[in-house]
Amino acid sequence: MSGKDITEITVGNAIDGKLGLSDLRMDPAALAHQAVLAEQGGNPQLAENFLRAAELAVIDDEQVMALYEALRPYRSTATDLEELRASLLTKGAPRCAALVEQAAIAYARRGLLR
Amino acid sequence: MADELGRFRVLNAKPVNLDGFSVPDAELGLVAMSSPYDPSPSLVVASTADGGKEIVELDGKPASEFDVIDEFIARYGIDLAVADEAMGLDDVTLARMAVDVNVPRAEVVRLIGGTTPAKLARVVALMSPVEMQMAMAKMRARRTPSNQAHVTNQLDDPLLIAADAASAVAYGFREVETTVPVLGDAPSNAVALLIGSQVGSPGAMAQCSIEEALELRLGLRGLTSYAETISIYGTEQVFVDGDDTPFSKAILTSAYASRGLKMRVTSGGGAEVLMGAAEKCSILYLESRCVSLARALGSQGVQNGGIDGVGVVASVPEGMKELLAENLMVMMRDLESCAGNDNLISESDIRRSAHTLPVLLAGADFIFSGFGSIPRYDNAFALSNFNSDDMDDFLVLQRDWGADGGLRTVTEEYLAAVRRRAATAVQAVYRDLGLADYDDARVEEVVAANGSRDLPAGHPKMVAEAAASIEARQLTVFDVIASLQRTGFTEEAEAITTLTRERLRGDQLQTSAIFDHQFQVLSKLTDPNDYTGPATGYTPTERRRAEIDGIRQARTSAELTADQAEHRGHVVVTDVEAARQGSDPREVCIGLSPAWGRSVWLTLCGLTIGEVLRQISAGLEEEGCVARTVRVRSTIDVGLIGLTAARLSGSGIGIGLQGKGTALIHRRDLAPLANLELFSVAPLLTAKKYRELGRNAARHAKGMAPVPIFTGGTDESISARYHARAVALVALERRACEPGQPPVTVKVENP
Repeated sequence: MSGKDITEITVGNAIDGKLGLSDLRMDPAALAHQAVLAEQGGNPQLAENFLRAAELAVIDDEQVMALYEALRPYRSTATDLEELRASLLTKGAPRCAALVEQAAIAYARRGLLR
Repeated sequence: MADELGRFRVLNAKPVNLDGFSVPDAELGLVAMSSPYDPSPSLVVASTADGGKEIVELDGKPASEFDVIDEFIARYGIDLAVADEAMGLDDVTLARMAVDVNVPRAEVVRLIGGTTPAKLARVVALMSPVEMQMAMAKMRARRTPSNQAHVTNQLDDPLLIAADAASAVAYGFREVETTVPVLGDAPSNAVALLIGSQVGSPGAMAQCSIEEALELRLGLRGLTSYAETISIYGTEQVFVDGDDTPFSKAILTSAYASRGLKMRVTSGGGAEVLMGAAEKCSILYLESRCVSLARALGSQGVQNGGIDGVGVVASVPEGMKELLAENLMVMMRDLESCAGNDNLISESDIRRSAHTLPVLLAGADFIFSGFGSIPRYDNAFALSNFNSDDMDDFLVLQRDWGADGGLRTVTEEYLAAVRRRAATAVQAVYRDLGLADYDDARVEEVVAANGSRDLPAGHPKMVAEAAASIEARQLTVFDVIASLQRTGFTEEAEAITTLTRERLRGDQLQTSAIFDHQFQVLSKLTDPNDYTGPATGYTPTERRRAEIDGIRQARTSAELTADQAEHRGHVVVTDVEAARQGSDPREVCIGLSPAWGRSVWLTLCGLTIGEVLRQISAGLEEEGCVARTVRVRSTIDVGLIGLTAARLSGSGIGIGLQGKGTALIHRRDLAPLANLELFSVAPLLTAKKYRELGRNAARHAKGMAPVPIFTGGTDESISARYHARAVALVALERRACEPGQPPVTVKVENP
């Protein structure tokens, strides 16, 4: 996390090379706020998505890509998914970890593990 | 076939007969609204050890047999707090609630949240198409309708992409979507689209639709601001064939949100049939599973209702109705509806209009999930249902129905200006970043081009090398902003900066969100649909109404009659005396209308009034008759003018002639509306026809049989082409009319 404030996203800072990839990640607090709005608006699933997103917002691009890749069909063994789940927990991503855990059960039943 | 009937010869050649039509076959899933193999709705909920609840049976299937789609829907997709109530209501009750303007939208949303896929499919299947439209008007999430454009070209030419993106936002599209014929070109397309989409009117969101992982990577670098081709399917087999599961899609959904990228999923009926794995279920039921899953994933919206499988859906009975039902199910699950119409449904203009019109009239968050804003051949997705050459038709349809499809008229000058600025901006950025060097001539070619076929191919590797360079250097949105600023495109630099900043707030991640041109978010939360019946809900502002009404082809009466002035005075009409009864049996009076030779000088067929009179008089003379011209001042009705002339005429035969060229032969003893011969279709008349009219009038005068005048008929829509002009000319006649004034014999001369 760069920790930059939104107001620092300016043309001047872009010219000065002060902005980078990490500045394109959402602030988890902003996503948590959007989750509250979504829940109030009657869409708890959208809220859940924003909360998962808040977890991913502090994870760098390559690891996010790797997480997606691991959940595609026939990519991971049960052990791979268990390790992934555990590592997500240590990264403070319990919702994503739960999703991986649920996937592992479903993939085992449906033959979608590697 | 030598014996082919004439009617069938013509019918067989009609475009609709290029379309394929299938006999329904449930075994293949080739059925629209219901299949005998569709499961019956059911939901069984049990308590879990930890005191919670879980679904142990969904639409007839026990949890042990759940596939990954059932699994995900059961886990996330159904509101168990209302499930008992909702599943307990009969299908008709729920369908009526959706249609009834007295039942609030929120109440329908609440109950539908507790329904299973099979239940919702059965509910919408009960509705007629008109009821579906009624329900859509109430159930769509955002109040203000909007529209999305495809922006692609066969060359992946970045200047043309930028120019076309700028054109699209000029027309009013708030989302623009590109893709590639050549995958490696994608980063270049994304950059060009991003720049072009902020020219003229900022705030439109842009996406580059490619393979899921690559697309996400472009988004992570800020080069796109939304994604929608996150495909989901209604059967597990097809889902897995698509190299995903609901769980991987859920992570993808959250990954987009984590970087402030708006996203929706794509489903759309027929895909499972095309992939040969529809599990014998109806298209509607499988799509209902997709929509349930979309909600379960936490996607804010769905693109469906005429996507890649549209030809399959349209090939079976009630296919078009099923497509409309897809949009409605999305709205009933309180999601953003990006309403399809982005695949050419038919070779028939009638059928493709029939597909889109109900959505335009009912309204959707996006009427098209890709109006082809470029020529058909340049569409790298697939041909859209409407394309750039249909733009005027669409704008006229909006005006015809007073329906807001999100688009507006653009002048040629404005379009040229934004195309030039967009192409120049990309030229400058590509030079500044060392990506490619396009010369000024290319810019001008792009500004003028209708599509890539109007452009020289250029260097075949130029785009690929630019794209490779963007990738190699991992350029981000900030590099693009800095480059625009360095090259003097400060407005665009500022717009993209604002877009990037605003998206980090996340308000545009909410359901049905778009940015207006001042970066205000319009969404389900900020601009909720408040339709509760007639005189409620979205109505265009006065300014917007004027945009819809003000198509470039509209003309005032003054404009429609401006060409009259060019012929003013080519004949001179002088009053001779109050018209009296003639006595010469060879005399045929020609009655001239009030405006003839005063304010009307040119007929609808393009002949001057003088020439028309000369031909009629010549026809009379050829048969040995004598013409006398009389001005009939008291009426503009051509029948009465003719009858008045006939009564004054020595022969008892008269000709009525209006300024616009309508003419007839009358006889003094006939009723006003009866006549001997009528040229009612003035636009189709010719000098020869007028001469024949004169001759026939003379034959009548002499008691001879007239020679029938055949016009041969026409395929033209005379009323559509000429009635606006005819009304303007009739208004001139009415203004010149002097009620109560007797006819006057006049002399008509060339000056």
